[in-house]
Amino acid sequence: MAEERRQKHCSVVLPTESMKAMAESVGVGQLQEDSCVALSEEVSYRIKEIAQDALKFMHHGKRRKLTTSDIDNALKLKNVEPLYGFQSQEFIPFRFASGGGRELHFYEEKEADLSDIINTPLPRVPLDVSLKGNQSQYIYFLFFCIFFSNGIFNFYSVLVCSSPAHWLSIEGMQPAIPENPPPATKEQQKAESTEPLKVVKPGQEEEGTIQGKSQGTTTPDGKGKEKGLIRLKPRSTHELSVEQQLYYKEITEACVGSCEAKRAEALQSIATDPGLYQMLPRFSTFISEGVRVNVVQNNLALLIYLMRMVKALMDNPTLYLEKYLHELIPAVVTCIVSKQLCLRPDVDNHWALRDFAARLMAQSCKTFSTTTNNIQSRITKTFTKSWLDDKTQWTTRYGCIAGLAELGSDVIKTLIIPRLAVEGARIKAVMEGPVVSNIDKIGAEHVQSLLLKHCASVIAKLRPQPDNVDQYRTDYGYLGPMLCSHVMKARTQAALQAQQVNRTTLTITQPRPTLSVSQSGLSGSSGPRTPSIIKVPSSLTLMSPRPGTPSQPSPPATKYIVMATSAGAASTQQVITLSSSQSASPVTSTVPSATSTLQPLVKLESGSGAGLTASRPLQKYIVVSLPSSASSSLETKSSVLPTSISSSSLDGGMKLERSESPGASTQSPH
Amino acid sequence: MIALTGKNQSYVLVLYGLCFPLIHVAHAQFILKMAAVQGGMGDADIKTDIKTEPSADGFGNNNANDGRVLSASPGSSSSTGSNKQTAAVTPEDQQTLLAVLQFLKKNKLSESVEILRREPGSDTNSDQPDVSVVLSAYSQQGDPTLYKVYYRDLKKFIETVLDCHRAELSQVFYPLFVHMYLELVYNNHESEAKAFFEKFSGDQECYYEEDLRILSGLTKKEHMRGNETLLDFRTSKFVLRISRDSYQLLKRHLQERQNNQIWNIIQEHLYIDIFDGMPRSKSQIDAMSGSLAGEAKREANKTKVYYGLLKEPEIELPLDDEDEEAENEEGKPKKKKPKKDSVGSKSKKQDPNAPSQNRIPLPELKDSDKLDKIMYMKEATKRIRLGPDNLPSVCFYTFLNAYQGLTAVDLTDDSSLIAGGFADSTVRVWSVTPKKLRKVKSAADLNLIDKESDDVLERIMDEKTASESKIMYGHSGPVYGISFSPDRNYLLSSSEDGTVRLWSLLTFTCLVAYKGHNYPVWDTQFSPYGYYFVSGGHDRVARLWATDHYQPLRIFSGHLADITCTRFHPNSNYVATGSSDRTIRLWDVLSGNCVRIFTGHKGPIHSLAFSPNGKFLASGATDGRVLLWDIGHGLMVGELKGHTDTIYSLRFSRDGEILASGSMDNTVRLWDAMKAFDDLETDDFTAATGHIHLQDNSQELLLGTYTTKSTPVIHLHFTRRNLLLAAGVSQL
Repeated sequence: MAEERRQKHCSVVLPTESMKAMAESVGVGQLQEDSCVALSEEVSYRIKEIAQDALKFMHHGKRRKLTTSDIDNALKLKNVEPLYGFQSQEFIPFRFASGGGRELHFYEEKEADLSDIINTPLPRVPLDVSLKGNQSQYIYFLFFCIFFSNGIFNFYSVLVCSSPAHWLSIEGMQPAIPENPPPATKEQQKAESTEPLKVVKPGQEEEGTIQGKSQGTTTPDGKGKEKGLIRLKPRSTHELSVEQQLYYKEITEACVGSCEAKRAEALQSIATDPGLYQMLPRFSTFISEGVRVNVVQNNLALLIYLMRMVKALMDNPTLYLEKYLHELIPAVVTCIVSKQLCLRPDVDNHWALRDFAARLMAQSCKTFSTTTNNIQSRITKTFTKSWLDDKTQWTTRYGCIAGLAELGSDVIKTLIIPRLAVEGARIKAVMEGPVVSNIDKIGAEHVQSLLLKHCASVIAKLRPQPDNVDQYRTDYGYLGPMLCSHVMKARTQAALQAQQVNRTTLTITQPRPTLSVSQSGLSGSSGPRTPSIIKVPSSLTLMSPRPGTPSQPSPPATKYIVMATSAGAASTQQVITLSSSQSASPVTSTVPSATSTLQPLVKLESGSGAGLTASRPLQKYIVVSLPSSASSSLETKSSVLPTSISSSSLDGGMKLERSESPGASTQSPH
Repeated sequence: MIALTGKNQSYVLVLYGLCFPLIHVAHAQFILKMAAVQGGMGDADIKTDIKTEPSADGFGNNNANDGRVLSASPGSSSSTGSNKQTAAVTPEDQQTLLAVLQFLKKNKLSESVEILRREPGSDTNSDQPDVSVVLSAYSQQGDPTLYKVYYRDLKKFIETVLDCHRAELSQVFYPLFVHMYLELVYNNHESEAKAFFEKFSGDQECYYEEDLRILSGLTKKEHMRGNETLLDFRTSKFVLRISRDSYQLLKRHLQERQNNQIWNIIQEHLYIDIFDGMPRSKSQIDAMSGSLAGEAKREANKTKVYYGLLKEPEIELPLDDEDEEAENEEGKPKKKKPKKDSVGSKSKKQDPNAPSQNRIPLPELKDSDKLDKIMYMKEATKRIRLGPDNLPSVCFYTFLNAYQGLTAVDLTDDSSLIAGGFADSTVRVWSVTPKKLRKVKSAADLNLIDKESDDVLERIMDEKTASESKIMYGHSGPVYGISFSPDRNYLLSSSEDGTVRLWSLLTFTCLVAYKGHNYPVWDTQFSPYGYYFVSGGHDRVARLWATDHYQPLRIFSGHLADITCTRFHPNSNYVATGSSDRTIRLWDVLSGNCVRIFTGHKGPIHSLAFSPNGKFLASGATDGRVLLWDIGHGLMVGELKGHTDTIYSLRFSRDGEILASGSMDNTVRLWDAMKAFDDLETDDFTAATGHIHLQDNSQELLLGTYTTKSTPVIHLHFTRRNLLLAAGVSQL
């Protein structure tokens, strides 16, 4: 007997006062106490009965929430007329008022301005039920088809193109796509990185890696950690499947490549894709190394691209970036305060980069600063220190001020405004003194406008009106008069905005919520995803039965088109391999031809192997492509973190896949 | 002329009157019960279920079988052993008789009433028969204050017996508790009842919690009259399986103590199934208990079940196709289907466990069916062989903008169409392939078509109507069950409005509304050979229909609560039903008998699946467990734990290697069905006791868990090539 389980079956009964109140509402004045008790018991029992039946309807409706319609159906079951008019899910806000010895509950109706209702843009129309999901990422699966499926290749590709569905799992592996939950949630990632020493069974680490390998992208937490002997800091492994390597390569190429449209899509993908967790260390290294190299080479464009990548990573809600701040923050700070960021400092607009990076810095301070890592105070200190240094160049000075200013009005108030006079004097020296160099002058001008921009709004709040130019001059020195005019402008703008704000709040109160609620289902699943990089706007071309040639121009938005064209740009061979595999795949309507599609892979691979890869190590990319065999040799290799993706290594991956395909020998060439 | 057999309380009224109707007594009883629940529902609402004979030879057969339906259901059987068999009619029989008489009267079947009256044993004065008399058994009472003492005494005794007997005797607690409580309530000892409940309800096993909750609400005699759960308890005997030694121990104790109160309850309301041999262990008992009326009696599962598959008709395959696919011979040759060439199918012997080919009449194969079979075989050759190392891919169909209204999903066998039933009473069909859905042209346009042309089937379709989905209106309540016919020409849907509707997928209109269930119909399914279908609902009966009959061919009654799901055996000779009474029953389509009762689930059963070879049954319930059953032996053979919420869908892969389960907990799980069944050694089944020892190996059998993004999985389907399709509606 389950002695320990003592659950209360409380027999809750409605209070008799309610009975009385209800009786009065239908005109029965004096109800005996006994009758009240009897009534309330009876009513409570019936209500319970109805609730039980309603639960039945809920279960069959495959829901977790009991709805009013379930109650209606339960009443119908008992031959009782259902209650009408309880469709609303909203709380009906009765308000209470008393006065003059009377108590009153009333429903408050707000006055609505007709013109506002008329002028409000119409909400979106609720959509009908559909099976059609958004068609993003199917091409991703196409790769799975090529690599993993043997006999069923053709069927997959058909489904891929016409499917309104998504892959929940491919041969036992769950692909990391927006439709699936992220392989490792942010909490898991956090737990993994913050978890202290973990007890590990000897030999478990190999086991863990093997398992991680066979499961691909899932968390590499092995089993059996409870009964171990050694305490180890858990080593998190980040293995990339061939597809992920391709993805990584394409994304990084697109991010720093020349095509802006592609870059936008790549950044969008970084910002939204839930499965990037495994690639995060690579991205982080890519960015920090990239900044290091390009600062030296003064390549402004690349620095901007890299900063945009940082922004995209920070925008991705599924990533736990804390682990990589040590690489990212130096990179960002470099872009803020570096002496020189471009080849022609007098012409190029490196100021914009500094501004952008400063905003990034402020954002990361906001999100990541904790009492332990103290990012904000450390960063503030760094900025202030170099700003206070007299020898600091104008560029760095600008960066420091921008970095500080972005941290918020409090920082401006305490750190920047007190120094306005000093800074003004310095600017004056450059502007009105002998012309030292054009660069200095430009720098001073920028610093001046930066200070005016940021300080004006803060001062507008700090100082009481009216604004007196002379007063400003005494307080802030050289910059005083200009500040004064800026402050006045800020004040008038604020007043204008306040009006506008009032107006908008009025329009917001329109009774739109019910309609927009109905939208939420859609927007959650498909809305923001659509512009993802892996979207296939023209999936039909993929499906077309005519065999595409590798050189055939393809629509630019497709992911693998990205590869193909970028291949052209980069003029490396392995990308041609890719494009050939992709364009050839739709040809295969029967299985025999599936083997034939793989032929070009072989050819190209061997060709490129001979041409390119004599010296490069192929080994580390074996990792994911061979789930079951060759496990022991892989463990060591998988830990190698590739700092850049070499073209030959990808060929290695392709080659292995090829060797797994049917008809070929199953032995790995390695 | 009426044949009334007192044996086993099976009344079979055969009215050789006008139309040879056959009234199913169990059903009549049920209707009476429901009438009682309704508390004075009008005559018009009670639908009489007159069962017409489907075939001439089935008559005598049916006669006998109807009797056995009753005997198999604990609900109506009261013969505890031999002692009552001699008496022609016991008091309880009289009550039943009265109820039947009242029913007949209500329906103005006065002639039948007269005849029944003249029968020996029914000469009671039935002036004011009331259904409430069935409750009167509780009227004899002892001292209400002593109930607690009795119960505590028994508890103390059971706690002090030898360990080996304790688990077995503990089974007595729950039924005793319930009956004692009900007696107290019935005799208006309200406060004592309350105290009794509070004191001992915590001792009961956790899986009875739901029933206890219902009981706790029931505190007055008046409540008892309309309470279905209570009537179930009262009308059916709670079945316990106890070894002889333990039983003797209990008996001796009660007799020594002169504890008549408890002894009476045991005698009257409990059915103790005594077996010789070792007492069962706690885990063994727990595995089998949990149902509303205790375990199944051993005799209930003794009937031979022809679980084998029917022989497939031989269909010549064009040879050239085979050559083309010769390279792709990975697909495992199916047991179910003959090999591609006719030689293979000839060598295949008839399965000894299979029913004879014409045990139930099956529809003739049409040319289009043969074409479909050929397609099937072609696809089957391309099928992937699944296994622990070769898991299926799962493709998930998410319904968007359904606003939580999706209640049922089905896919055609060839995975070309998907249908959804919705809470707003609509039925929608989508085409999953690029081929659009088209209606047939109107009659006037059809006249213009050249009927001799080769592509007449193509010509009759109206291109203008082509669309990816079609909506069908007709129901007036949420659609809870949906099923495609095997030939893809029809669609069945069952709804809250009590009807089952047959829709044509050529015209996308409703063809028939089958009325019979007066209450929500929870599930319906087509037979794998078409023509027949089964439905089950809140009225606790499952009905077998044929598409061209507007009345049911068979009524399967015996469940004590709602029938929540229905499934056809692959050979179409049997129907499995799962119910809210936490039992699964297997019914013989030919006779209408219940041939298996499976107990062990601790919650309402929401999904069932037969293995492709017909030998096993898997069931999933709200308790989140999947149980596996051996149909031939009538035993539980496995338990798969892992899900945390109701399992709404179960499906075996085409070759039966993998069992996929989909649940409300947003996961699809794959289980190694091969291993689960292979480990069994059928010799181990101690046929005498009918219980086996289950090892807890769920974790070993679990091959994969795939989480969706807050999308409960409500349907699963293996394509002919063993790709797993799943469907659900996003709850985001």
